[in-house]
Amino acid sequence: MENFEPKIVAFVCNWCTYAGADLTGTSRIKYAPNVKIIRFPCTGRIDFMILMKAFVNGADGIIVSGCHPNDCHYTSGNFHARRRWMVFRNLLDIMGVDLERITFSWVSAAEGAKWAEIVNSTVDKIKKLGPYENYKKLADSQQLKEVIHG
Amino acid sequence: MDNLIKKAKELLENNLVQVVIGYEKGNTQKSRPVFIFKAENADKLIYDESCHYNLASYITRQEMRHTGKMAVVANIHALKAMLVLANEHQFIEGNVIALAVDGSSDVTELKTFSEIEEYIASHPVELKEKEKVLLEKIKALSKEERWEFWQNELARCFKCYACRAACPMCYCHQCTVDCNKPQWITVAPHQLGNYEWQMMRAMHLAGRCVDCGACAEACPLDIPINMLTYYLSESIESNFGFKTGTSATKLYVLSDYKLEDKENFIR
Repeated sequence: MENFEPKIVAFVCNWCTYAGADLTGTSRIKYAPNVKIIRFPCTGRIDFMILMKAFVNGADGIIVSGCHPNDCHYTSGNFHARRRWMVFRNLLDIMGVDLERITFSWVSAAEGAKWAEIVNSTVDKIKKLGPYENYKKLADSQQLKEVIHG
Repeated sequence: MDNLIKKAKELLENNLVQVVIGYEKGNTQKSRPVFIFKAENADKLIYDESCHYNLASYITRQEMRHTGKMAVVANIHALKAMLVLANEHQFIEGNVIALAVDGSSDVTELKTFSEIEEYIASHPVELKEKEKVLLEKIKALSKEERWEFWQNELARCFKCYACRAACPMCYCHQCTVDCNKPQWITVAPHQLGNYEWQMMRAMHLAGRCVDCGACAEACPLDIPINMLTYYLSESIESNFGFKTGTSATKLYVLSDYKLEDKENFIR
């Protein structure tokens, strides 16, 4: 547990957070290397199944980030996403998925420091929580192979 | 019941509809759906407490669409489902006549969407007592206990998709679960696929589910899968003030947004 390095997958929007994360780098701000960034056209594009697939493939934590309200490149993508996440979080809650492991944030292209802070605090939080054993057990590929191939 | 038969005969004899979808007596305690094409067969129709199926699920079937105009014996849940289908442009106003039944001997013929809206507004409906108790029980569990609860329940699922077949809202020609490029959900009856399938089903029904409970009733293994959608309906109503199946024109809740939507989890 001492040496546990969590795997974090970040789903970010092309226009704000991806540019913000870029700014973090060009500003020479150091942040935890645990995060793997996946760029999407918009937060409104992020299907809920994509998040669950990250858990299936071994992620311990997820960050979803996009433009601040009213800043969306497509005018309303993040508003739609916000509603969807409000509903989806309720579903995860009733199904017993650990909500602590999914961080939602708004990071604009000018907020390089905020991005570093969000990644660092998420990594710290997930380090305390430990690996996501529940979902790892559920998605055990060996067992799945046995079910499919006998 | 006599009123219902009389009405069905009248509609079929005057050629106002080609088919009446209703209930008939089954071999067991339960009744079963029946399709009446000729007026002389209308005597089979019944309506009592044993009639549970949501007959609105037949409106969108390919075979029924080709049949022509239809009349559907509809309880309050089926009427709500019809409004959601109307909202999603699944049938044309006037092509489906609802024969609204509410347990008494009265039958109300509803032709237009506004008539259905009025009927629903004047007949409020709540969850069954048993369902309320179970929902409260699940809500009272801790996070870990909920995980365990659904793991145990969904371990029984063998993906017969009876829940999907019974649901009036599941009318897609190709369901995500049948899609294999990319394959979102493992088709084997493995715990992971079962869990994701129910999660996906609930999310795709969020804000569209009319709380009829047809899915749980169709489940041969008695998994209380309707609890997921009930919980979402509840939270959608409290968050966005959206009541499913009350309007044929109001925009679907997840296609819509408001600037002042309030959440407390986005940093």
